Amino acid sequence: MYNRIVLALAGVLALAARIAAFQPPAGQNEFVPASSLPPGDQLPAAPLLIAAYAFVWIAVLVYVWSVWRRLKRVEDDMHALQQRMTGGRKESRR
Amino acid sequence: MKKAFVPLTIVVAAMFAYAPVLIARADYEATMGLVQKIFYFHVPSWFVMFTAVFICGGASALYLAKGDPRFDRVAASAGEIAVVFGLMGLVTGPLWGRKAWGVWWQWDARLTMALLVELIFVGYLIVRKYGGPGSEKLGAAMAIFGTANVPFVYVSVNIWRTIHPKTTVVPTLAATMAIPFWYSVLAFMLLFTLLMTLRLGLERQRAALDELYLAEDDDV
Amino acid sequence: MTFARVALLVLRKDVAIEVKSREILYTTLFFAASCVLVFAFALIREGRPPEEGPSGILWIAIAFSGTLALGRTFERERYGDTLRALLLAPAPRPAIYVGKLLGIVLLLLVAELMLVPAVALLFQAPLFARPLLLAGLLGAGTVGFAAVGTLFAAMLVRSRTRDVMLPILLYPITVPVIIAGARGTSALLLPSPDEATALMWLALLVCFDVVFVTLSLWTFEPVMSE
Repeated sequence: MYNRIVLALAGVLALAARIAAFQPPAGQNEFVPASSLPPGDQLPAAPLLIAAYAFVWIAVLVYVWSVWRRLKRVEDDMHALQQRMTGGRKESRR
Repeated sequence: MKKAFVPLTIVVAAMFAYAPVLIARADYEATMGLVQKIFYFHVPSWFVMFTAVFICGGASALYLAKGDPRFDRVAASAGEIAVVFGLMGLVTGPLWGRKAWGVWWQWDARLTMALLVELIFVGYLIVRKYGGPGSEKLGAAMAIFGTANVPFVYVSVNIWRTIHPKTTVVPTLAATMAIPFWYSVLAFMLLFTLLMTLRLGLERQRAALDELYLAEDDDV
Repeated sequence: MTFARVALLVLRKDVAIEVKSREILYTTLFFAASCVLVFAFALIREGRPPEEGPSGILWIAIAFSGTLALGRTFERERYGDTLRALLLAPAPRPAIYVGKLLGIVLLLLVAELMLVPAVALLFQAPLFARPLLLAGLLGAGTVGFAAVGTLFAAMLVRSRTRDVMLPILLYPITVPVIIAGARGTSALLLPSPDEATALMWLALLVCFDVVFVTLSLWTFEPVMSE
């Protein structure tokens, strides 16, 4: 069975090479740095930029808050449970 | 891990506070202008997402192989974080694309396949929550399959027609852009570590609570 | 018992049951047909199909019918509690998986035998221009879809929410199959069929099949043990 697996994997590698040889049309290859903006380009982009960064910040904060809230709930449950258990044991000792 | 928590939080907060300064000082990109600066948060989000995806897949595989619940806890935490950072990438991408390509969504290959990986891991979270008993194993299989799909995702960039900047962009970045970029990557990776620690803590407490419930049943 | 023997026995069992009742076969075929008809009524304008429509519709119909067939097949196993019996048998578990997989693939291939002429007819698509390549695409795509589907359907057999969970889990993972299949079929539907592109998508499908059948074989055992 392992021989078959090795053969299959070799087949996959050969196919992968074939796939890799396929040349798609080119996209942009690298970012070209510039030290100043072409005129009239700034304002329309700014809201998008700000929205993007704001979303990242807010997402992180919301997630942290969500984890913290769930943690609180679990810890409250634990305390309640521990109370019940120690209270229960006291009663059964009577 | 626990002792490093507070210093790590401070470092991450400081790095993120300083990041906008670095990013603002970076050069503009010649054709895309200001909006390209979304790149400094967009790409690190994907780095974190795919790191989380591979950790989730690896931990799931180990969980299925060894049965140790600690692996399952790591997988659950990583899966959730993957979805959060994937969402960040999927929102910042179209915001960038709106300016650079003119439309919000172009069915560009890479964003589309990233959406797919995101959907797979949302499915993972749904299975874990609503799958009923034994859903840890179902989720683990789902995570493994999702992670195995990632190479197909990556290959598709080179096969489909695409106007997405190619994968060769990052290695060829000029120094003025490379520094804020890798700084952002580091900041995001540290953030990821922080969030993993936090989330794992939650999983551990949940496991402890389950133990307590079982102990209570035994007592009664 | 050898691996192949077990797989073939499981396959024979499923085929025998199906030949007798033909329930899943007929329902799947009819569902596939109604799927194609719904698309026809939704998309055809003035008697002309949309461009790039036929290939997509063919693969969507396969995906939907496949999900239905998977659900029904494992529902039958669950009803008779035969899956547990199979797992208790002294047979290598991956062989059971392969047996079920072959059964599903066979069922889907029969459905495709009906679907391809139907789509070709209703959407005026020259699907038989390159029959061998089309058969290759359909075969590889079906195996890929069924490989993931069989594993997930088997996993979900004991789950309460299995009916809704199967599509949710299955579709995102099998989208590469749908894309490769639809794009490859589109390439064959061009006025002069683009064989190179179709072959490339076929290669991707075969890669997908190899990777995911292997993964399924590895994960079937740990996932099915309680």
